[in-house]
Amino acid sequence: MADVNRGDRPLSPHLQIYRPQLTSITSIFARITGIALLGAAVLVVWWFAAAAIGPEYYDVVNGLMTSFIGDVIMFLALWSLCYHALSGLRHLIWDIGIGLDIETAEKMGIGVIAGSVILAIIVAVIV
Amino acid sequence: MVQFKLPKNSTIRTGKTWPKPEGASNVRKFQIYRWTPDDGENPRVDTYFVDMDTCGPMVLDALIKIKNEIDPTLTFRRSCREGICGSCAMNIDGINTLACIYGMDEIKGDVKIYPLPHMPVVRDLIPDLTHFYAQHASIMPWLETKTNRPAKEWKQSIEDRKKLDGLYECVMCASCSTACPSYWWNGDRYLGPAALLHAYRWIIDSRDEATGERLDELEDPFKLYRCHTIMNCTKTCPKGLNPAEAIASIKKMMVERQL
Repeated sequence: MADVNRGDRPLSPHLQIYRPQLTSITSIFARITGIALLGAAVLVVWWFAAAAIGPEYYDVVNGLMTSFIGDVIMFLALWSLCYHALSGLRHLIWDIGIGLDIETAEKMGIGVIAGSVILAIIVAVIV
Repeated sequence: MVQFKLPKNSTIRTGKTWPKPEGASNVRKFQIYRWTPDDGENPRVDTYFVDMDTCGPMVLDALIKIKNEIDPTLTFRRSCREGICGSCAMNIDGINTLACIYGMDEIKGDVKIYPLPHMPVVRDLIPDLTHFYAQHASIMPWLETKTNRPAKEWKQSIEDRKKLDGLYECVMCASCSTACPSYWWNGDRYLGPAALLHAYRWIIDSRDEATGERLDELEDPFKLYRCHTIMNCTKTCPKGLNPAEAIASIKKMMVERQL
């Protein structure tokens, strides 16, 4: 509320002191994974574009994307996709107006975290 | 706007450590946010030691004991000491709650006390709630009627009255709104969980005849829709109410009335 601060009143601490909650952490990760997926999408498009440009350029990009670091980034992107999808599902359930008590919300939160990890590993193993 | 760091005049320094009580065996450490407009200094965190054997069980008991016996300049709001006035809302052990109904046995380790988060500080643990109250006033927190006044009172069925349970108990302590990251970043335009819970309390009141106008008023990208169901509000409410659910209900009504 800095905008309505009169005189030289300090702003009380917020993020610095507020204890992270399961629901707030799962919420911010929905946003972080969403932004990360945008980055991952750019990488994938770059990969396809390289294939269209020519074999030499494709070899360079493909080498990067299938390197160890490329694999780690792609696995994180896969996890982000799983997390973002499950989290979105949780939001849809909330939008219907159910699961808004703390107990259910936290259970669904744990479900989203565990589910996204399991789903990401399953997909990674299959593909 | 999102601003993770505190402004220059708001960063916190280490403050004074006050002497331990003599001859006490059961001592607990308190770290309390201090700021006074008088000396032009930045806020600081002072350390106090309280003899638990001669102190009441609630955080407010300890604050009053510190003010009486150690440091009379410590400033905070308090009134009813039983969770009905909402005056002593503050950030205790990382969550917002009422000092008078929060037991010290619920806290592990040192007791850390700050004013309600992301608010202008008047002094020590007292935040400026002017804007918060103005937002409450903006949702028309009263019965709006158009039909002629009945001879006796506005009647309501038992079922309709039941819809107000879990809403009318709100004491406007501001714990929920100041726990909400959305309110931190957009509190100038986002109404916040407390005001929206009150808005819903009047929207679903069977006697109220301005439901449409109330919904129109909230149909706004900021006033209502900055709620992202982070749920810090419901988690922290010292009265056990559910502002997140009330806000979701308003959003649902917005959709339903367009069908």
